Amino acid sequence: MISAVVPFLLFAICTYALYTGIDVFSVFIRGARKGLDTAIGILPTLIGLLTAVYMLRASGVIDLAGEILSPLMSILGIPKECTVLALLKPISGGGGLAVGSEIIKTYGADSYTGRVAAVMLGASETSLYTIGIYCGYLGIKNTRYAVPVALAGDIVAFVTSAFFVKIF
Amino acid sequence: MLSKLWVSFLGISFIFGFLTNRMDVVSAAYTEGAAAAIELILKIVGLMCLWSGVMEIAYESGLSGHIARLMRPLLKSLFGKVSKDEKAMELISANITANLLGVSNAATPIGLQAASRLYNLSGKRGTPDSVLTLTILNTASIQIIPTTVAAIRSSYGAAKPFDIMPAVWGASLCSVVTVLFLARLLKNRFPDISK
Repeated sequence: MISAVVPFLLFAICTYALYTGIDVFSVFIRGARKGLDTAIGILPTLIGLLTAVYMLRASGVIDLAGEILSPLMSILGIPKECTVLALLKPISGGGGLAVGSEIIKTYGADSYTGRVAAVMLGASETSLYTIGIYCGYLGIKNTRYAVPVALAGDIVAFVTSAFFVKIF
Repeated sequence: MLSKLWVSFLGISFIFGFLTNRMDVVSAAYTEGAAAAIELILKIVGLMCLWSGVMEIAYESGLSGHIARLMRPLLKSLFGKVSKDEKAMELISANITANLLGVSNAATPIGLQAASRLYNLSGKRGTPDSVLTLTILNTASIQIIPTTVAAIRSSYGAAKPFDIMPAVWGASLCSVVTVLFLARLLKNRFPDISK
């Protein structure tokens, strides 16, 4: 059932676009080009952060952090392997991608841990960075409730990620 | 912020690796990270481009306009008084639609325009609730098709890369509802003192 969603959307969007009279393929090419720019744009960040993540993991400190925080994580129902992902994602999108993809690679894309990591990545944003961009752009210094609210939203996203992976 | 974090990562791995006598492993890991980054990008870049292209079509064909119109009543209740401003509401709808479609390179510039419009409407003083509402909406992810994640899953051999979608929708929805609810709850506890 869910396998039909993506092919259907692909078909429906393109048919609708053709019907509205836009030059579907040129627009596609332009968009795909932007995807390439995005990928190239995050590459330097990924190189820097994956190097750090690999070194951190080799030093054993990631496992230690997972062990230390595992009581808290088990209360929240999040696999302890995803601890560092939960800590890093609100700060850095590239860092989240680096850690998340490593978890998916190590534990397997279809494993419970790998699926939770994927859903955590997909269901959360780089909150602190976003607040920085929006308030920084307007020159707002007092962000009032934005930070606690956004972090609470991330925690809820992470906890419910684990929950929904379990029930679906 | 990222600078301090990155340097402390490198420092922690050095010190911790030294203490646990794993320096050779840490040193080997340092050579692997950069290659792994290239490998990851190579694996996901195709699907990222494909979806970026499809979402551009959705955006360009005016499909986003329809979605934006459906959102109007919801935005009215979220933004209160400022929802009378047509231009602001238009920009906010466009920002949310771009987020929904995952066209993030379009979402941020429009979002910033919307934020600046909202700020001006509130007299350019303090930290207006309308600006914060828009900001926290952007801190919660509301993507319909989680393309990057699906690309990563597919590159590491997932049988059905997109079958995590219902879980992503569920978790995103819970998080969006949480931030909006908490913002409303905490509004008066964090008064706009700079006003």
